[in-house]
Amino acid sequence: MKENCVIQVENLSKEYRLGIIGSGTLRRDLQSKYAKMRGREDPNRRIGAVSYEKGETFLALNKMNIEIMRGERVGIIGPNGAGKSTFLKLLARITSPSEGKFSFRGRIASMLEVGTGFSAELTGRENIYLNGAILGMTKAEIAAKEEDIIEFSEVREFIDTPVKRYSSGMFVKLAFAVAAHLDAEILIMDEVLAVGDMRFQRKCVKKMRELAEEENRTILYVSHNMNTIQELCSRCVVLEKGKKIYDGSVEEAIRYYLDGSREEFYSYDYIDKKFREQVRRNDVTLMNAKFNGRTSNLFIDDEKLPLELTWKNNADVNGLCLRIEVYDSYRYPVTSFIVEDFYSGKRGKVHSQRLELDISRLTRGRYYTRYVFYTRRSDSKAFEDVEICAGLVFRKQMNDATSRRWNSSWGSVMAGKAELK
Amino acid sequence: MQDERITTVSAEKSWFGFNLSELWRYRDLALLFVKRDLVNSFKQTVLGPIWILINPLLSTLVFTVIFGVIAGISTDGMPQFLFYMSGNILWGFFSSCLSRASSTFLGNARLFGKVYFPRLVVPVAGIIYNLVNFMLQTLLFVVLIIIYVIIGANIHPNIFIAFAPLMVIHTAALGTGIGLIVSSVTAKYRDLNILVSFGLSLLMYITPVVYPISQVPPDYRWIMLLNPVAPIVECYRYAFLGSGVFVWQYWLLSIAVTAVVVFLGLLVFHRVEKNFIDTV
Repeated sequence: MKENCVIQVENLSKEYRLGIIGSGTLRRDLQSKYAKMRGREDPNRRIGAVSYEKGETFLALNKMNIEIMRGERVGIIGPNGAGKSTFLKLLARITSPSEGKFSFRGRIASMLEVGTGFSAELTGRENIYLNGAILGMTKAEIAAKEEDIIEFSEVREFIDTPVKRYSSGMFVKLAFAVAAHLDAEILIMDEVLAVGDMRFQRKCVKKMRELAEEENRTILYVSHNMNTIQELCSRCVVLEKGKKIYDGSVEEAIRYYLDGSREEFYSYDYIDKKFREQVRRNDVTLMNAKFNGRTSNLFIDDEKLPLELTWKNNADVNGLCLRIEVYDSYRYPVTSFIVEDFYSGKRGKVHSQRLELDISRLTRGRYYTRYVFYTRRSDSKAFEDVEICAGLVFRKQMNDATSRRWNSSWGSVMAGKAELK
Repeated sequence: MQDERITTVSAEKSWFGFNLSELWRYRDLALLFVKRDLVNSFKQTVLGPIWILINPLLSTLVFTVIFGVIAGISTDGMPQFLFYMSGNILWGFFSSCLSRASSTFLGNARLFGKVYFPRLVVPVAGIIYNLVNFMLQTLLFVVLIIIYVIIGANIHPNIFIAFAPLMVIHTAALGTGIGLIVSSVTAKYRDLNILVSFGLSLLMYITPVVYPISQVPPDYRWIMLLNPVAPIVECYRYAFLGSGVFVWQYWLLSIAVTAVVVFLGLLVFHRVEKNFIDTV
């Protein structure tokens, strides 16, 4: 193991057997074995049920290799079933690997759940000791940190009350406070920072960063919340189907995860339903969207975004409106462009409409769009969507000094000038 | 002050690899588990820990009435109450050690599924918890003996009392050893759980708890004494009350059986603990 390496994982695999493992009773297992020995059919195999033959297995983690250095804050993201939790469980030694091995330097404390082992009848203070000990601290170590923990938990008033009387918020705050004060060199966490109210969540993330930056702890964090990953982590790993498919900078990893490896279009023909959403009255059908006169989706500084949409009328269209919604890379809405009542046409006609969008306020980054066509219904004043499609992705780059430093956690829209008075 | 020890975990399965130093590092956890269990047992009860003493007193009373007064089983001339109590508290200690250890995996599956600590901490905490109860009961027993001696009953506490701590360790080891095996097997096969609960009550009847071994026809005595719990109960009673059959050979045999059981128990426990969470 290298000097600065705290976790070294080599060819780590975890295999699970599919189906029901054994029948749970000794008699049936013996029965099944006996039948198999005589070449008969297993009497305990359920008819009709999906059954798996012996040897059918599922690789929850497939030959994972990774080295983690001291002080790194590694985020692990990926879709459900990618093997994230399995990986943490192996590192936490809750279950053991089927193949491969890993080594670590120092102690690992795992928080796969908030408040593991809390006992309802014990008071808050007693639970601090119990939970701390479960997580690997000695009594003396906990005693030294007791004050800090109580302070952090914000439940000082109730610290000598049994935790069964706590509100769920107080409970998780206390539980997290213990976890945040562990002495272990390596902390592994599974979606546990999202506890309590927003303010407390921020406090948790901040505390974790401090632990890594000031005390050189190493943190592994699994989450589906990209914001937290971005705030906390310095490195990010994307898992998919048990394999590591990306390892590197947080921003790139998040992009990789959310996009898959989708190509970047500057023109797209909507030939099938893939990027189309269901609407009740499909009056128009979008056929093509393109960045007019461009061969890339990158826009720099104050450049306007030239968009050309081509659609076909499936019915007589009157007073068509269009909303172009803009989302940031975490798919949070940023803003929308709206044009109302700009087109009317007969059924069967194909129309191309050029637009120019002012995106100068958007900061650097990647933006997703969604095109929503809607009309006013003839019988009432209400609006009705007639076509919704996922739109072209565009990238924005800015070259002045302030913008280059812009951190995406500051927001996606640059506000107007702040004038000194 | 960062810890620099390197730990390696690999897929290779080993039979031996109990990490006793790690268990020692988690000693505070064991004590906190004991505390938790004590608090949980007596929270919101009026009498609280006094129940630890009421339990054996009541069951001893029932034994005395049923087996002593109604059935009229001989107690070798010893005061019936003391006779039944001695068997009762030691048997209680044995059976609770066994049943606590046997629920180690199933009873803590949720906890074990979320956090790592040496799994052996749980049965160790179980022993300590039961030991606390047993000590208090023994204390009461001793007080009663003193009272009986003062009023001049036919009992002769003797030098063998010095061996009592050994017998207690022996009992705990035997009960916990069997419990570890049961626990490891029940992680996959639940059958044994049912067997244990009524098996324990059956085992009590082939253990000289409610009758002295001297009441067993001499030809069959050896069968009784092959039961590893029987010699302990007899020895314990002999030490405190001064009556009973004390056969060294059977005691040594029982110790040998215990050693094998504990060794086997640790072995399968260690084997199962690594992956049991996948099959529980």
